[in-house]
Amino acid sequence: MTRKSPDADDGKLTRRHALECMVWAGTGVLWTMSGGVPVARGLLGEAKAATETGFSFLQMSDSHIGFNKAANPDALATLREAVAKVKALAVKPSYIIHTGDITHLSKSSEFDNADQVFGETGLRVHYVPGEHDIIDEARGQAYLDRYGKGSKGAGWYSFDDHGVHFIGLVNVVDLKSGGLGNLGAEQLAWLADDLRDKSSSTPIVVFAHIPLYVLYEQWGWGTEDGTRALALLKRFGSVTVLNGHIHQLAQKVEGNMTFHTALSTAFPQPAPGSAPSPGPMVVPSEKLRSMLGLSSVTVRQTGTPLAIVDSTLDR
Amino acid sequence: MTPQPHHDSRPSDRNFRLAIVLAIATGLGTGVLTARQVLAATAAPAAVTIDNFTFGPANLTVPAGTTVTWTNRDDIPHSVVATDKAFRSAALDTNDSYSFTFRTAGTFAYFCGLHPHMTGKVTVTP
Repeated sequence: MTRKSPDADDGKLTRRHALECMVWAGTGVLWTMSGGVPVARGLLGEAKAATETGFSFLQMSDSHIGFNKAANPDALATLREAVAKVKALAVKPSYIIHTGDITHLSKSSEFDNADQVFGETGLRVHYVPGEHDIIDEARGQAYLDRYGKGSKGAGWYSFDDHGVHFIGLVNVVDLKSGGLGNLGAEQLAWLADDLRDKSSSTPIVVFAHIPLYVLYEQWGWGTEDGTRALALLKRFGSVTVLNGHIHQLAQKVEGNMTFHTALSTAFPQPAPGSAPSPGPMVVPSEKLRSMLGLSSVTVRQTGTPLAIVDSTLDR
Repeated sequence: MTPQPHHDSRPSDRNFRLAIVLAIATGLGTGVLTARQVLAATAAPAAVTIDNFTFGPANLTVPAGTTVTWTNRDDIPHSVVATDKAFRSAALDTNDSYSFTFRTAGTFAYFCGLHPHMTGKVTVTP
């Protein structure tokens, strides 16, 4: 962003320079959702609309604090870089939604480090756990002690903001042999109850760690009973589902539902089926930051489209 | 990072010692120390490694009394959880191990508690 654009020498704000500023670090895709159909728009116009009419929040995911293997020897450092980007934002987002795997091994020191770095943003963080956040001896108690206040069961909850209903789901607990992510009967009953009084015109944002739909079964990338949750959400005019877990971008639109997975801030994972396993992908160090990042989601007040901008750490 | 100790290696040793004590006690009690009891207490250990989100070998056959040790070679933690909940390891970070001694004959299916699409089976012969 501080890099000087060759065509900005006349001192005027050229389109190219404006794009660099408005879409902070934005190499990513920008698209909007209108009536369930993704519409490509000019980046500048969209960013402007967001700042004028909507409120925005960030999705961050898969920080894996404590990870120090070949794919990224210092996951805390790359989280710090992401947080520096957040602090530099011209328009302050309302909060951060974190879609799980805050830590690598659920250690207290890892949670402490994550809390300290996220604390620097001055923003509230709404968490859901990933499978790496519940492998303490008490199997999830460390997570709940820190982030579970006001949540139900293994840590699910909902809240309302700017007319949008936000739902944080937990699909990493009580996993069954040979299966995928799991929500469980108790959580599904809670979800049905939570949605009962909501009007179908209420925009819904659902966030959970593992993708709610089956993205790649061979690697366990999906949620066993996710379709039951999606069935409960079907009557709503605008549903945005934010997930992590797969450390890469994946987007899908189905009816009024938009699915989005965020980049990790720790390490990339291979595209489905492109490697022997979904394990951390080692890339040349100069390429790493182009595969890590975060997403900015803008909720606009006119109509119900949400705009998502994915950004990488290398710009 | 500090290398992790072998998870549950002490309980296994303890189980092993207990097996010998029981075998001897039973032998003293009845005046006979059967060959099977001795065999059960001295079966050679067996190993399963975890590579690329896969248990290898996925199907292992061992005599009763065998201690099986799982070692994680991946850059991602895994765990070993019996489908019938008979045993469960802690999360195993890279190069961590977990051991369990199979005393009775039968088929024991297990999976990774973090990545449940990873499954394996230990068949224990009498």
